[in-house]
Amino acid sequence: MTPDQGQHDQLAATWRDPPGLWGFLVTVDHKRIAARYIVTALLLLFLAGMLALDMRWQLSVPENTRMSPQLYNESFSLHGSTMLFLVSVPIMEAMAMWLVPLMLGARNMAFPRLGAFSFWLYLGGVLTLWIAHAMDITPDLGWFEYPPLAGPNYSPGHRADIWAQMITFTEVAALCASVNVTVTILKMRPPGMTLARMPVFLWAMLIASIMTILSMPAIMLVTSMLISDRLVSTHFFSAAAGGDVVLFQHLFWFFGHPEVYIIFIPATGFVSAIVETFSRHRLFGHSVIVLSIISIGALAFGLWVHHMFAVGLPRLGNDFYTAASMAIALPAGLQIFCWIATIWSGRPRLDTPMLWMLAFFATFVIGGLSGVMTASAALNLQLTDTYFIVAHFHYVLVGGALFPLFGAFCYWYPKATGRLMSERWGKVALAAIVGGFNLGFFPMHLLGLLGMPRRVYTYPAGMGWDLLNQIATAGSVISVLGGLVFVANAIISYWRGAPSGPDPWQGSTLEWATGSPPPPWNMDYIPVVHSAAPLWDDEPRLPVMQGLANDHREVLITSVTDSAPIYRHKSSGPSIWPVIAALAVSVMFIASIFTAWAVPIGTALIGVALTGWFWPQRGRATTGPLGVRS
Amino acid sequence: MNSPREIEIVGNVADLPTSASGPRHLVWWGNIGFMVIEGTGFALAAAAYLYLMTQAAAWPPKGDQLPGLLWSGIFTALLLVSEVVAIWVLRRARAHDANGVRWGTLVMSLFGLALLVPRGFEFAHLGVSWHQDAYGSVVWLLLVLHTTHIVTELGECLVQTAWLFTHRIGDDQFCDVEDNCNYWTFVVLTWLPIYTLIYWAPRAI
Repeated sequence: MTPDQGQHDQLAATWRDPPGLWGFLVTVDHKRIAARYIVTALLLLFLAGMLALDMRWQLSVPENTRMSPQLYNESFSLHGSTMLFLVSVPIMEAMAMWLVPLMLGARNMAFPRLGAFSFWLYLGGVLTLWIAHAMDITPDLGWFEYPPLAGPNYSPGHRADIWAQMITFTEVAALCASVNVTVTILKMRPPGMTLARMPVFLWAMLIASIMTILSMPAIMLVTSMLISDRLVSTHFFSAAAGGDVVLFQHLFWFFGHPEVYIIFIPATGFVSAIVETFSRHRLFGHSVIVLSIISIGALAFGLWVHHMFAVGLPRLGNDFYTAASMAIALPAGLQIFCWIATIWSGRPRLDTPMLWMLAFFATFVIGGLSGVMTASAALNLQLTDTYFIVAHFHYVLVGGALFPLFGAFCYWYPKATGRLMSERWGKVALAAIVGGFNLGFFPMHLLGLLGMPRRVYTYPAGMGWDLLNQIATAGSVISVLGGLVFVANAIISYWRGAPSGPDPWQGSTLEWATGSPPPPWNMDYIPVVHSAAPLWDDEPRLPVMQGLANDHREVLITSVTDSAPIYRHKSSGPSIWPVIAALAVSVMFIASIFTAWAVPIGTALIGVALTGWFWPQRGRATTGPLGVRS
Repeated sequence: MNSPREIEIVGNVADLPTSASGPRHLVWWGNIGFMVIEGTGFALAAAAYLYLMTQAAAWPPKGDQLPGLLWSGIFTALLLVSEVVAIWVLRRARAHDANGVRWGTLVMSLFGLALLVPRGFEFAHLGVSWHQDAYGSVVWLLLVLHTTHIVTELGECLVQTAWLFTHRIGDDQFCDVEDNCNYWTFVVLTWLPIYTLIYWAPRAI
């Protein structure tokens, strides 16, 4: 049978947003919120890319005076902070926010208002940093802002304060998103989707979210300590008063190293989904990949010191962290072999999403190998703060996360829009981006080995660095041009792309069982799952359950391990309170840079907003009259 | 495959309840998530304290006094007593006892208010200001972090009390009371290691 039209209409009335601007502000539809997240992050990716191109332009010839040292410092600080805090982590969370309920066959996230709050707060962080840039108070000490340089003595003004508060904004947003994703995956899986049957993508998002929950408090704590050193004269990092700057580095990298994997692990989810679909073959070693992801997640917390080899820590510590850093290559390698085995066993189709995965394999392996090199304390001491490190982490982050993300964008674009992207222009963009990237960043390995330091605004002639810098700049230009083709393809395809239908790639997971684009309630019925590839195994009919309310927003809650139905949960509808709460938090964070009064006033405002948010809705009471024991 | 997928109805969830309690409830998990976040924050702040302690020649540094034990002791005793109330309210919530949770949450609110008094004196008797040295900074950090949780919990209790006395209480609100009690327990449990660090670690070394 096919879904019933009457039920469809009732669901549409229940789940639609109010019209106009009000609907835009109050929506709690996970897809709309995630789309805003993704578009904002992609816009920032473009802006950060322009900054990178500007810096490359500056370095294309020796002794260039086009940029001042101060402007160069601001550029790499803004580029790094934007890419790591405002693009990489948020866009992965946004992908989870968009996809997780669809892949679960659920009607929304576990906490719809928390999702909306997360976006508005993230936007607050974005605006804080970039409005500060427009006002010429751009942070200028790198994406890490180490004290004592970032302390009150060496960094007067508000540049470092802006950076610290931007971090707090984005980390609170990330933590809210992570709790939301974690609980959604644990408690809203469809009947039958046991943990063993969960697609790798969901496992990846679950592990990345748990890692976020465990690591991000460190960066919030350390930036709060930094800003209190700056604004209220505490001495956490002041050596003269018993503080220690290495404490900053420990806390920063306790977050900073897992962050790399918080970005990379979701990408492994993209790769697993795309490789399976385009190989037309069940994922080889599903359990091995899941266990690898869990191992990587655990090991990532034991590696932070490898960012501090040059600090002068005890020798034993260096040895331990060298071993731990190299150990992570094992689960990462296992995953690669499983993906290759899947392709090998299947009948691969080389459409654009799959080509992005092949680009990922090549690039990420190079990044992984240079990672094994830098994991060695002895070699690391020679390479620290050279261009070799710049090359390494761009290979890991761009090759390991951004290429799969581009592939994921192409893969799920038809689901989101109902249109296919142009294959021809997709391949042109891919060739330019991947080719330009390798031309741009591979020479940086050589520049690093030749001794060129990073974070320098220029260099003297005659060092043997000129040609390699020119090649790197040319590669960056080609890559950016490819990026423009990619964006143009996405925009034009939105209106002119061929209609995709619900399942253009014949995927195996549940999101392909609903319309393209999916309706606000995602699915008319609750799917029932018997394997990790339900759409391949339940041909031609999808088994479903009925019985969720259609006249109010309701979702099914299941048990954590075996995903057995427990109860029907009333889901939150549109609300303005997440916007107001995010506004109140923003007022407190930004104003506290300038006056201590912002803290009590902001706290009161937040209290009002949260009271409005959590005040139980009338009509939810189900037992007993007032004052009577039920 | 490009047309809407054919479905086969194999079951019905209409007979399921519309609420649950404890770990079966969705919000319980969200509450746990935020406790893990905040617990990690406390653990890292404690690690910062221990790190600075191991770097220092003396702890507290010369010139700083040891933190006073009187008001912190009163605060700790009061907090432990309040936990008994929280556990009682939790049980009343599980039993769906409307009057029990109303009056119990009111008593928890009063405990929240009362706790702020010895906490204020604790700040005054720490023997060091936050801007004196790193020791002072980290001690104040730990105490401010915990006080923030007391204030947050107090706010939640007050709002919940107001609601419980003015509305009919349903299954979801009993779950909310449960979650609030669990969070109260979290605030109590996090205090014990912090109390040990601030007041007893300097005396033990």
